Amino acid sequence: MITVVTAPAAVLSTVAEEVDPTGPEIVRLAADLVETMRAAPGCVGLAAPQIGVSAQVFCVDVTGHPKAVTTHGAFVLCNAKIVEASRWRPGREGCMSVPDLTGDVKRAGRIVVEGLRPGTGEAITLVTDAFEARAVQHEIDHCAGRLFLDRVAGAHAIFPRKVYL
Amino acid sequence: MHELAITVIGPDRTGIVADVAEALAAVGANLTDSTMTRLRGHFTMTLICTGASVDEVERALSALGDDGLLATVRQVEVTADSTSGEPYLVSVHGADRLGIVAAVTRVVAAADGNITDLTTRLSGPLYLLVAEVDLPPGRAGELAERLAVAGAELGVEVNLRPAEPELL
Repeated sequence: MITVVTAPAAVLSTVAEEVDPTGPEIVRLAADLVETMRAAPGCVGLAAPQIGVSAQVFCVDVTGHPKAVTTHGAFVLCNAKIVEASRWRPGREGCMSVPDLTGDVKRAGRIVVEGLRPGTGEAITLVTDAFEARAVQHEIDHCAGRLFLDRVAGAHAIFPRKVYL
Repeated sequence: MHELAITVIGPDRTGIVADVAEALAAVGANLTDSTMTRLRGHFTMTLICTGASVDEVERALSALGDDGLLATVRQVEVTADSTSGEPYLVSVHGADRLGIVAAVTRVVAAADGNITDLTTRLSGPLYLLVAEVDLPPGRAGELAERLAVAGAELGVEVNLRPAEPELL
């Protein structure tokens, strides 16, 4: 079982390296991310820096989440970039790396993301919205060394969280 | 015309706001702007009131002091919030250490940034500060550079960005 790194930790504030998605260590990393995400109740996404690896790799799975509209099941992306973003909306976010706080963050409600699949290295373009879009933006932020704390909407947009879910 | 600046702080319990508001109403003190929040088990209230004297309000609130509520009351001149400058947000997070708030807010003040709201949270080893700052036009670049230097010295992450007002 891999433990999740919590703030403050340098790896969470470091811009992660781009990766070769076909490398065996990246395939292994992708599997570790999905396994760690699945082991944590309520976890809908996890980025490599959160398990201590400074690499631009993350997984997301918002299947069955009540706020999700479009869903792509569980997927892993490497070197992902947001190429279009619109319909900006505020919403409450938590993070396994900031276990005791939540915050209101404005995110795009519709995004187009380009990234590479681990293993094949296939380039894919993902179009998504609502909660899945929020999760992807949160994970891409991790890969850029940013936490939701860097984007909270104001001095009264931070809240204590009693239970992690 | 004068107003009263009132603070109340005490161990959190059910009914503090009701008790204080009732006591104020009973002496004709009209509650205008206020913030009330719970900080680590202490309930805090900061209020501006009109319509009553310092003595009346002090007497009314001292009757509540039995369970550890500490109140201060003083008369202040009526002043409007001055809204000069452009709204920005400063976020700071990192390992807790002495002097983070002092160092960061000194840098903001040196750039003529006026802090209009600020929250800090200590969450385990993580210290977080979020401040809303009115900044004179054209000073953001300079402030961002100075905050980056201060952040590096403190070993914390500092982020300055424009605040986007939600106008609905």
